[in-house]
Amino acid sequence: MEYFLQQLINAVTLGAIYGLIAIGYTMVYGIIGMINFAHGDIFMVGSFIALIGFILCVMLGIGWAPLAILLVLLLAMVFTAVYGWAVERLAYRPLRGSFRLAPLISAIGVSIVLQNFVQLAQGARPKPNKEVVHGAMRLYEANGFAVNLSYIQVIIVVVTVALMAGFTLLINRTALGRQQRACEQDMKMAALLGVDVNRTISLTFVMGAALAAVAGMMFLMYYGVTDFFVGFLAGIKAFTAAVLGGIGSLPGAMLGGLLIGLIEVFWAGYFSSEYKDVAAFSVLVMVLIFRPTGLLGKPEIEKV
Amino acid sequence: MTGSLIQVDHLTMRFGGLVAIDDVSFAAEPKQITAIIGPNGAGKTTVFNCITGFYRPTVGRLSMRHDGHEYLLERMRGYQIAARARVARTFQNIRLFPGMSVLENLLVAQHNRLMRASGYTLLGVLGLSGYRTAEARAVDKARGWLDRIGLMAHADRQAGELPYGSQRRLEIARAMCTDPRLLCLDEPAAGLNPRESGELNELLLSIRDRDGIGVLLIEHDMSVVMAISDHIVVLDYGRKIADGTPAAVRADPAVIRAYLGEADEGEGAGHG
Amino acid sequence: MALAAARTAPAASTFDWLAAVKDAAITALLAAALGLFMVGFRTADRGAAGLQFDYQFTDLLIACVAIFLGRLALTAASKGMAWLTLLIGAALLAAAQGLKLPSDFLTVVISLAGLALLLHAAWALLRGSSAGAAAIADVSGRVNAATVRLFPWLGAGMLAFAVALPFMPFADQQVMDLGILILTYVMLGWGLNIVVGLAGLLDLGYVAFYAVGAYTYALLSTQNGWSFWAALPAAGVLAAMFGVLLGFPVLRLRGDYLAIVTLGFGEIVRIVLLNWVDFTQGPAGIGSIPTATILDHPFVESPPEGKVAFHQWLGLEFSANHRLIVLYFIILVLALITNGVTIRLRRLPIGRAWEALREDETACQALGINPTNTKLTAFAIGAMFAGFAGSFFAAKQRFISPESFVFIESAIILSIVVLGGMGSQLGVVLAAVLLIGLPEWFRDLGQYRMLAFGLAMVLIMIFKPRGLVAHRDPTIRLHPPSGRGSPS
Repeated sequence: MEYFLQQLINAVTLGAIYGLIAIGYTMVYGIIGMINFAHGDIFMVGSFIALIGFILCVMLGIGWAPLAILLVLLLAMVFTAVYGWAVERLAYRPLRGSFRLAPLISAIGVSIVLQNFVQLAQGARPKPNKEVVHGAMRLYEANGFAVNLSYIQVIIVVVTVALMAGFTLLINRTALGRQQRACEQDMKMAALLGVDVNRTISLTFVMGAALAAVAGMMFLMYYGVTDFFVGFLAGIKAFTAAVLGGIGSLPGAMLGGLLIGLIEVFWAGYFSSEYKDVAAFSVLVMVLIFRPTGLLGKPEIEKV
Repeated sequence: MTGSLIQVDHLTMRFGGLVAIDDVSFAAEPKQITAIIGPNGAGKTTVFNCITGFYRPTVGRLSMRHDGHEYLLERMRGYQIAARARVARTFQNIRLFPGMSVLENLLVAQHNRLMRASGYTLLGVLGLSGYRTAEARAVDKARGWLDRIGLMAHADRQAGELPYGSQRRLEIARAMCTDPRLLCLDEPAAGLNPRESGELNELLLSIRDRDGIGVLLIEHDMSVVMAISDHIVVLDYGRKIADGTPAAVRADPAVIRAYLGEADEGEGAGHG
Repeated sequence: MALAAARTAPAASTFDWLAAVKDAAITALLAAALGLFMVGFRTADRGAAGLQFDYQFTDLLIACVAIFLGRLALTAASKGMAWLTLLIGAALLAAAQGLKLPSDFLTVVISLAGLALLLHAAWALLRGSSAGAAAIADVSGRVNAATVRLFPWLGAGMLAFAVALPFMPFADQQVMDLGILILTYVMLGWGLNIVVGLAGLLDLGYVAFYAVGAYTYALLSTQNGWSFWAALPAAGVLAAMFGVLLGFPVLRLRGDYLAIVTLGFGEIVRIVLLNWVDFTQGPAGIGSIPTATILDHPFVESPPEGKVAFHQWLGLEFSANHRLIVLYFIILVLALITNGVTIRLRRLPIGRAWEALREDETACQALGINPTNTKLTAFAIGAMFAGFAGSFFAAKQRFISPESFVFIESAIILSIVVLGGMGSQLGVVLAAVLLIGLPEWFRDLGQYRMLAFGLAMVLIMIFKPRGLVAHRDPTIRLHPPSGRGSPS
């Protein structure tokens, strides 16, 4: 029971991180129908910028954790967003109207470029980060086993929930959100009605990248380490989360992230940690075969 | 109506809450041209998609009869409908294989027969002569159709390079190369100029008379419909509102209402 | 982007300096924002002190200046000021070669950029003059016609070269190794070409089938004593079965979903190989795999009792190179079989159905073609060739571990197919030589090889989405091709 609770807490934390990345996949897929294969690497870039930000904070003597976190959060979001914008502008926009698989192949190329760029610029070794937030709350103790909720876990979940709420408001209430939904429905028509489609798509990438940066920072704070390759696995799992939740659906992305977090943590906790990635991939395969629209997705009616 | 080629009974198709087709029944006879007409959004293409297996109908029976067999289309997978029930179709927005040559398009249509002849590829890889004669026959058949649609000279060109009207004719020829008993054409005259439209009429009449194939036709161009149809089914808002010979349908008050609107509204879309 | 603009607007009347400089400045600023943290602050582990920064602001500054100039030059070229482009290109090239830049990376990239600008400007200048334009149109028309006509000859020439290579005086061990490497990728590229190029199924887990083949031979030979030739068919069949096993449930998925699922499958195979230690020896890999032999003649100077060594059998002087030469011919033959079968299949109904599926799946269904079965055959046959290649790889390396079968291998094979021109057999060869051969030759580039790979994939998609060889010959003709003699 205690073990179960502890795993549950860990799973929710991990799920929050996956959910944040998954939103980027789901939004981009919703609006231009492509799998942004490089999104996981944007997350990785975010974690690196956060790492550098934290080191800078230490150098500048900003010791108070909340301030440091806020500063690094902003820094990572802004500068990772530039990556998101640039990738769309340089590698995807010229391909609109090209053949079906062109954007995906280009995205694979971008993914390779980002990984190797970071490896060249920052080195291949894993980068440890000094712990930013220490300590944990002891929730419950029995049978010699303590259930802990670390402060960092609290921060991750709280920030994620806050961002999700803000984000849902943004999509549902603002003109930008309306334009995004219009582009999802019919890009040509939206353009005819005066929606700046290019700008809307750019902003979608910017927002997705900013959220991925938050996830990258959380990841760094939670595991205390990052390297140039973390984006690959995290990206695929987050994509799985997006598909599981129903690609194109924001709540679905969060739900999917949570479920993938649960599956992974419990699989590792109760079966074998070696095969935890196999579990996530198997879920992806199963979902795509048996329920390709995901849990909260709308069925696609193919126009003939 | 036991002699019907295809019998559609109580066909209903819902998408979520939207009823696209509501309890439509009609039949198409062999060696006749049956037209389905109706205003935009009446559900004509949805009927086609149900018949050809692209949609699974919510309710209804689609019974196709030929050569002494009966096929219940609503239970069959899309490709089986073409392969076994022998229903071929064309699409509203032409769907050729644009990067392949005209001749290749017509050979792909004879895929199943050629696959058998190639021993499901195994014998074909070894280059046995049985396949070569089968392929020669397939090429002959394609040649016959190229001649009929006037594209013989363009046989080796990419299908996507052909002018629009030729693509339309090629798509019909490709459908015919599958040896259908029923040919479903989704707006074949759309975008054709009057001369091409006239040629299309002749082609469709020859498919009926020379090949003895039943044709099911969705068309907006009333000059085509009235000139060549033996039988017309009129849909409006997913329901059948009339069914009969061209003369009878033309005089039907329900049809006039559907096309021209209620008399007191006084406005209407001017079809035909 | 700028290159695309250059094509549409060859010459504008006036050159707006202010706008061009502003545009270039914005681009440079963007690059600065991208590089500020990643390049400017290089993190380095200082033991007890933890991570510290090595500042590289000079690098960043140089890169941004170069980008500013490069962007300006491209704008200039697109506005009919090719001489400015020429000037900047020359300046960048000279600076990169003449000055001592802080890193090799900058030297390489800026030199290449300068060279590209020079060529671009020269091209623009040539096209700008009316005589030049006419000449270009004439030459390019003739070259296009000629290359199409030359393709069969080119293929024959390359084949002749490939056969003759081991007997060339310069064919030392290094050359043979490289030849084998390239041919392995050619074979993999041809195999994947069936799946991606012909059937249009984006398979990102192709390396899994390669792994299946490699492990099949490795295990059968080390545990059961099978010879290479006995295990080869088994490896192919097993890989094909894996292909069917994976393909059956997933081939109904849309293209991009399929891509991700195959990627997941590739990773699953790798993780299983890594963790099923009893069976695969896990990360330690399998060693002392017997090499492939001809009629069981070992490649040793003094053979064991009762065996005849390869050189004795042929009555040659012993040479360590014999093994490589034999392996070279084995992979050459395997690759040629792949090619031959593919060419044959393309002319059979199944091959035409693959291409038709790639073009329009809905139309295929309407013609009575069973899409799942058709895709499945493509998947299985592609997997089979990967299986063959895999067991060859095991026999050549004599050691395999899961590390050889990572996603990036799939990506490399895919980029060979994409760069070559999807569906083009000749294109695969050219691309394999270009992508595998060149980086091996220019060892300096090694570090930047993957970067170049990724960049190439993006650039090809943007500027030449149909690849190096975009030409497609119909599989059957009604009328003989006009005025071309081709040795079929």
